[in-house]
Amino acid sequence: MTAHILTLTTFLPLAGVIVLLAGGRRLGDQTTKAIALLTTVATFVISLVILGRFDSAATGFQMIERYSWVKSIGLSYLLGVDGVSLWMVLLTTFLMPLAVLASWHIEKDVRRYMLAMLILEISVVGSFLALDLLLFFVFFEALLVPMYLLIGGWGGERRVYAAVKFFLYTMAGSAFLLLAILFLYSKSGAAGHATFDLRSLMSVAGGLPAGTTRWLFLGFFIAFAVKVPLFPLHTWLADAHTEAPTAGSVLLAAVLLKVGAYGLIRFNLALFPEAAKYFASFVSVLAVIGIIYGAVCAIMQTDIKRLVAYSSVSHLGFVVLGIFAFTHQGMTGGVLQMVNHGLATGALFLVVGMVYDRTHTRQLGELGGLAGVTPWLAGAFLFAVLASVGLPGLNSFVGEFLVIVGTFSVSHWFGSLAAVAVVLSAIYLLWSYQRLAYGPVHEEHRGLPDLSVREVAILAPILGLILVFGVAPRLLTDKIQPTANAVVARVDPAHPRDAAPILAPAAAPAPGTAP
Amino acid sequence: MTPAASAFHYLWLIPALPLAGAAVNLFFGKRLGKLSGVLASATLGAAFLLSALLVKDLMALPGDGRLVVRHLFDWISVGNLTVAADLRLDQVSAIMILVVTGVGALIHVYAIGYMHGDPRTGRFFAYLNLFVFFMLMLVLGENLLLLYLGWEGVGLCSYLLIGFWFDRPEASVAAKKAFITTRIGDTFMLVGLALIVAKFGTLDFTAIFHATAAGGIAKGTATAIALLLFAGAIGKSAQVPLHVWLPDAMAGPTPVSALIHAATMVTAGVYLVVRMHPIFELSGVALTVVLVVGLVTAIFAGTCAFGQDDIKRVLAYSTISQLGFMFMAVGMRAYAAAMFMLVAHAFYKALMFLGAGSVMHGTHDATDMRTFGGLLKPMPITGVTFLIGAAAQAGVPPLAGFFAKDAILEIANHTGRELVYVLGTFAALLSAAYIGRLVFLTFFGEPRSQEAAHAHESPPVMWIPLAVLAAGALVAGWLNLTPEGRLAGFLEPVAGAVPGGSGLAVPVMDAIAIAITLSALIAAWYTFASGRVDWLAVRERFQPLQRVLQNGWYVDRAYQTVLVEPARAFAHITAFVVDTKIIDGLVNAIGAGVKRLASVGRRVQTGYVRTYALAIGLGVVALMFWVGVRG
Repeated sequence: MTAHILTLTTFLPLAGVIVLLAGGRRLGDQTTKAIALLTTVATFVISLVILGRFDSAATGFQMIERYSWVKSIGLSYLLGVDGVSLWMVLLTTFLMPLAVLASWHIEKDVRRYMLAMLILEISVVGSFLALDLLLFFVFFEALLVPMYLLIGGWGGERRVYAAVKFFLYTMAGSAFLLLAILFLYSKSGAAGHATFDLRSLMSVAGGLPAGTTRWLFLGFFIAFAVKVPLFPLHTWLADAHTEAPTAGSVLLAAVLLKVGAYGLIRFNLALFPEAAKYFASFVSVLAVIGIIYGAVCAIMQTDIKRLVAYSSVSHLGFVVLGIFAFTHQGMTGGVLQMVNHGLATGALFLVVGMVYDRTHTRQLGELGGLAGVTPWLAGAFLFAVLASVGLPGLNSFVGEFLVIVGTFSVSHWFGSLAAVAVVLSAIYLLWSYQRLAYGPVHEEHRGLPDLSVREVAILAPILGLILVFGVAPRLLTDKIQPTANAVVARVDPAHPRDAAPILAPAAAPAPGTAP
Repeated sequence: MTPAASAFHYLWLIPALPLAGAAVNLFFGKRLGKLSGVLASATLGAAFLLSALLVKDLMALPGDGRLVVRHLFDWISVGNLTVAADLRLDQVSAIMILVVTGVGALIHVYAIGYMHGDPRTGRFFAYLNLFVFFMLMLVLGENLLLLYLGWEGVGLCSYLLIGFWFDRPEASVAAKKAFITTRIGDTFMLVGLALIVAKFGTLDFTAIFHATAAGGIAKGTATAIALLLFAGAIGKSAQVPLHVWLPDAMAGPTPVSALIHAATMVTAGVYLVVRMHPIFELSGVALTVVLVVGLVTAIFAGTCAFGQDDIKRVLAYSTISQLGFMFMAVGMRAYAAAMFMLVAHAFYKALMFLGAGSVMHGTHDATDMRTFGGLLKPMPITGVTFLIGAAAQAGVPPLAGFFAKDAILEIANHTGRELVYVLGTFAALLSAAYIGRLVFLTFFGEPRSQEAAHAHESPPVMWIPLAVLAAGALVAGWLNLTPEGRLAGFLEPVAGAVPGGSGLAVPVMDAIAIAITLSALIAAWYTFASGRVDWLAVRERFQPLQRVLQNGWYVDRAYQTVLVEPARAFAHITAFVVDTKIIDGLVNAIGAGVKRLASVGRRVQTGYVRTYALAIGLGVVALMFWVGVRG
């Protein structure tokens, strides 16, 4: 069974889908929710087997599963995991049960809601594990549907506008992706062996003229840049985040955006290293603009979900900046930051959802004094805020620090400008905390209940991990590093860059002596 | 291994004790009730005893071998960069942990009385303990990232504690202002850390100092690093131009002001520069910047302190001014003098803050000195201990402040910095004058309000810490009777020899200093307590000046007009014009255009989700089909 662990992890939620479909309307809402929870928990447990079997020292793909699917066109069912996708998969399977739990109060059309959640998990995990470009594309497109349904079906007032916008934006990006994939595929056919296998296409792309690879790079890039989202392709995000139900916002921020950043590493850098280097400054400028711009926009938001959405634009800028610095610290920091952002922003959306469940408002102006009424809820919000502002000791700091250090050695300007986010994030996030938790309580909010057992069960694991990864980030980075370093080396084989120079051994001090 | 060496295994316990106290109080504070303060104080008492034990062991080591580094675990390790959780005990951190745990323990005990009856004491002591944990990490960290962890951590606790009474609007505003203002400095500091990594490949103090000594970096790089780090110090230690947060921070409970905004956190900037002095010395220019900032701040804040009516705000500006003195010392390479002043100041300023808190406790939270008067009689212990603290700050010999300030001015004079000496003496005159004004307005003369007339002394749990701190302020001078004194000798292996030279003879300078102090105090007495001057009328006549000083030279208002408002307007345009109108407007326009073009667009707008699911499904099938035909 462990030989097919990747397939098992990807398609275990399908068992839940089948049960829900077979059960039909006979299943009560509670049973439906229980089945979804059970399925997602089981999937998480199974995914831990991947972690256990993962060989930290290896740089290539592991636990590969390959079956020829449509032989005539060279389409194969090809899954594999490395140090980057490992954590993306685990992040997804970890958050899914929490997202299901956070949807416990859903009453409308529960069965369809949970079906969408489970299908979403399949398509996201599939996207992270697929090494066949067409298979990836199918998963990548498929994840649009359940997310679209979640926003459009269970969202806020402007849900239809937000859902359609989300859908069209991403579809437009995907069109370029599909064209680029098909072009590469035709080139592989011309080279004698038509295939969608990423590993084979890497050498096919290596044989193409530089001009061609740059166009192809852009084709992939647009699709992923929309997903990340990178400035100026970000405007779908605020609407989608704001209108989505809590679980939708959580998964959108924590997982779906990561598909974009992941795609940049997995496909753009692997297939077109030369073009990646060529466009590095351009992408870095967009990332830096996004970091500042997202933060500045966040400062002005009065809707707390919009505020968190814009903070994602800023934080994902960090991820992309780190990736495109092409240094060991930048790359590992960027990937680490993908996980960190998933946890920190996921936690923020979860708490904001709990606030909304109680107060039925997302407007900061209509909130206040919750630190006195619901101290634990306010405390949880503060904890998530502190993780997001990069407080040392919590997870995001390590990622941000590595990105800044990794970028600074390449460009002092990019590194320094990114550091400005340290102040800006403090401004908008502490402002939101102040508005929500401090000041006088609104009369109608008196006597609101504090965290329930279910809510503690949702928040404790995610807040716990935020602390654990802040103190012991090596739990993550030791497994990310070999893959990240290999990616850096592929982009610039001659000089793999490290932000930290090694001092001459003579400089090493004798232990125990004062300087 | 000697028994003394093995005791250092427990170095980690010093920060761990308050951390454990914080955790217990955070989760079980409600259930602990009154015990929460006792528990918090006990963890600090234990940490202090352990610190004293370890410092004694450290002193037993030979003078140039007094450095203990304990490796706990590797925190970050990526590429060539490894940052370990290592604790460092040397002469500088030894002094710091004694001050932090010692003064901290006294303030914790005092807070038991001060916070009595507050429904959220568990939270309060959790934050207070957490603060001490971060402060200890700041001074014990063997690398700049651990220092930065402590640095940000104390900033967080400061934020939480200033805003502790969050239902008061001024408290929550002040809390945010403090956090954001100091974070402006921290941003530069973070860039400085990145620069250090880029140049040294490490953040470990020992390795950095070694490489610096070996000529590992250029002078210009050293200047850049030093100034970036100093920007962090300017924020944290409330120096001009980032001083604006500290006076407002007085909205927090008074024990917080004493612990965080007088004795410990605000001195972190001084500690940072002392710790990193090899880089500052290599730069040279950076030390001059430190000196100028310190001098400007000392005078500037001294004038502001003179214009305040709120007793806590006087002490806040006084703290800023005294920190300026410490930076002056550091800027003249007189690190031992700076550390001496840091210790002495921790005693007498904590004492005065707690005394002010005791006054507030006895007068139903009054803070306006215009309503005080004659409090010495109803509050004798508070009054006498406060007088000791005030005398120490004013520079009355043989109290600590006299030696500390004198040592700094003497070095200025003996190293040929005549201007620094003169201006520094002026700042000393100011500090004696405003503290005299505070004392005479508060404790002498006739009561000027009902509260003052009916004031009562605080309970023993509050005045015992006052007495202990007063004793400390009395004997702290003994630490360093001369610039070549004990503390300087203890610090010499780390800080180098005290700079010397020639100038005015020491007795002459002592005489000048004493004369200035006494004349300032006498003038203050004559004006505010002798009853022979109608000081309110005088004040009326100097109304514009008074108002300028009271408002801190309107720096806050200037920042608001020149920086905050334009920035807000910029953000508004970015968010609501550029983003919603231009970028998103463009997107929507394209969307609308496409919709009109496509005949199926109508179906898309209907919102039937199945249509989309079907569209995707059909799309994928069509794609496979197309590929299949080609293959």
